Amino acid sequence: MNHWIIVPILLPLLAALLLLTGVCRGLLLERALSLTATVAMALISMGLLYSAAGGGFQVYAVGNWTPPFGIVLVLDRLSALMLVLTALVALFALIYALTGGDSIGRNFHILFQFQLMGLNGAFLTGDLFNLFVFFEILLLASYGLLLHGAGPARVRSALHYVSLNLVGSAIFLIAIGTLYGVTGTLNMADMAQKVAGATPESTAVLRSGALLLLVVFGLKAALPPLYFWLPEAYRAASAPVAALFAVMTKVGVYAILRLFTLIFGPEAGGSALVAEPWLLPVSLAAMVLGVLGVLAGRDLRTLVAYLVVASVGTLLTAVGLFDAKGIGAALFYLIHTTLITAGLFLLADLIGTLRGGAGDRFEPAAPIFRPQFVGALFFVGTVAAAGMPPLSGFACKIMILQAARESTAMSWVWGVVLATSLLNLLALSRAGSMLFWNTLPEKPNGEPVPVMASAPIIVLLAFSFLLIALGNPISAFTAATAEQLLEPAGYIKSVLGHLSGDAMRLAGGG
Amino acid sequence: MELMIACAIGTLTACGVYLLLRARVFPVVLGLSLLSYGVNLFLFAMGRMASDSPPLIDAHASAYADPLPQALVLTAIVIGFAMIAFLAALALRAYVDLGSDHVDGGECS
Repeated sequence: MNHWIIVPILLPLLAALLLLTGVCRGLLLERALSLTATVAMALISMGLLYSAAGGGFQVYAVGNWTPPFGIVLVLDRLSALMLVLTALVALFALIYALTGGDSIGRNFHILFQFQLMGLNGAFLTGDLFNLFVFFEILLLASYGLLLHGAGPARVRSALHYVSLNLVGSAIFLIAIGTLYGVTGTLNMADMAQKVAGATPESTAVLRSGALLLLVVFGLKAALPPLYFWLPEAYRAASAPVAALFAVMTKVGVYAILRLFTLIFGPEAGGSALVAEPWLLPVSLAAMVLGVLGVLAGRDLRTLVAYLVVASVGTLLTAVGLFDAKGIGAALFYLIHTTLITAGLFLLADLIGTLRGGAGDRFEPAAPIFRPQFVGALFFVGTVAAAGMPPLSGFACKIMILQAARESTAMSWVWGVVLATSLLNLLALSRAGSMLFWNTLPEKPNGEPVPVMASAPIIVLLAFSFLLIALGNPISAFTAATAEQLLEPAGYIKSVLGHLSGDAMRLAGGG
Repeated sequence: MELMIACAIGTLTACGVYLLLRARVFPVVLGLSLLSYGVNLFLFAMGRMASDSPPLIDAHASAYADPLPQALVLTAIVIGFAMIAFLAALALRAYVDLGSDHVDGGECS
C-alpha cells in the first residue's frame, strides 16, 4: 500500500495539533510551522498527482480493514487533481495571510490546517459516511475561519452560513440513512454495485436518496435556490479566507461528480442518471442569477463572490451533459476558475487597502499611487475571469460549447453561456473603470504596493497563462480523468477486487 | 413499533423546521437540535426495529441488531452536539453584536 496517500490528511492534522499544544508559541513560529506544513503538503500532493496521472486507482484501506467493511481512501486522477488544486490555493492564500490577515483574530493557523485536513479527506475518501465526517470537519473549520476577525457583518453572515449548513448536514444524514437502509453498505464502490443490481421496489427509495444528496451538494456548491448564503459570506470573510473558500464550493461539485458518475451514473440500472433532468436547468439558472449579481454588485468583493456562483453554474452545466467531453471541459474549467477566483479575491482585498477609505466599493475616490501594476493585475484577472482570448477562460468556454454541441440542450447552453459572458464582460469593465479611472482630483494615496501581498496574486493569475501554454497536456489529462470517471467498473474492481454479477452485466461484461 | 418511531421522527422534524423558520436566533438553535434528534432517530431506525437483539456478540443472543447504524448515530450525535454548542455561542454573539434577536439582525417585526 502506498502510505503517501494518507499523508495529505495526517500532515495538516499534525501541524494543527502541534499548534494547538502551544509548542510554537508566538506568531513567527506559528507562521513558520503552518507555512512549512502547507508547502510540504503541496509537494506531496504534486507527487501523488504524478503517480495517479498514469491511470489506475490506488486504494488505501485505513487500518488494513478489508473493504467494504473498512473505510478506504481512493486516489485516482480526479482526487489527485483536487488535492493539488487545494494545496496550491491554500499555499498562496496562506502567503497572503502572512502579510497581516492572520493576526486580526485568534487561532487562524490552527483553523486553516484543520480546514485543509477536511478538504483533503473529503477528496480522498471512498466511503459515504466518511465523506460526511470530513465535510463536518471542513465546515466547522470554515465557520471559525469565516468569523476570523469578528465584526457584525461577519457574525451575521456566519449565522446564516452555519444554520444553513447544519440543515444541510441533517439532510445529508437522512440521505445516508436512506441509502444504507436499502443497500446495506456505506462503501461507495459496494454501493455502486448494490444500486446497479437493485430490485424495482427499492429503486424509488434509492432515487429519493440520490436526489437528497444532490440537494446537499447543491447547498455546498451554492446552486440555486440554495446560493443566497454565498455572496454575503464571501463578502464578509477576510481575504485569505475568501480565497480558500474558492475551493469550498468545488467540494460540492466534486461530490456531485464522484457520486453521480460512480453510484448513480449511466450504468446504475433503475437509478441511472437520476440527476440528469435536474442538473442542467439548475446550473443554467445559476449562471443567469450569478451574472445578475455580478451586474448589481456595488463592490469588487461582492462581484467576485457572484462570479463564484456563475462559475459553479458553468461547471455543473458542463457536468450536466454527462458525457466524456462535457466532464473533461468541466474539469479544465474547474482548474481555471478555482485559481483565478482565488487570485481575484486576494486582488480585491489589495485594491481595497490601496484605495484607503473607499475600500473596493464602486465609488469615486482618490487615485491609487502608481496604479499601473495593480491595474495590470486587474486586467489580467478580469480577462481570465470573463473568458476573453488569449487566456484560459476562453479555452474553457470553447471546450464547454463544443461539448454541448452534441447534446439536445445545445441551444440553451450556447445561449446562456454566451449571453452571461457578455454581461460578465460588461460588469467587469465597469468595475475596472470605476476603480481605476473614475478618480477624484485629489492627491493619490501614497502607499507603495506591498511585494509580499502581490506575489501570491501574481502567481495565481499567472496560472491562467500556464493553463494556455500547457493546454494540450492538461486537457489530455482532464479528458483522461473524465473517461476514468465514466467507467465505474474500474473503480469498483480496484476497491473490492472483483465485480459482482449484476454490475458486470450492466457494465457490458466488465 | 415502526409507526410509533415514524411518527416521532415526523413530529421532531416538523417542530424543528417550524422553529427554524421562525428566524429568531434562539428558536433556530432549538429547531436545529430537534431536527438533529429526528435525524438521529431516523438513522437508528435504518437498522430495522427489533427487540432483545444486542449489537455486540453475546453468548445468549438469538439474533443481533445491526451495529453499524448505531455507530453512525453515535458519530452523528457527537458531531451534532459540537455544532449546536458552537451555534449557541454564535447565536449569543450575534444577539449581542447585532442588537436584535432576528437572524438578519436589526429587523424588528
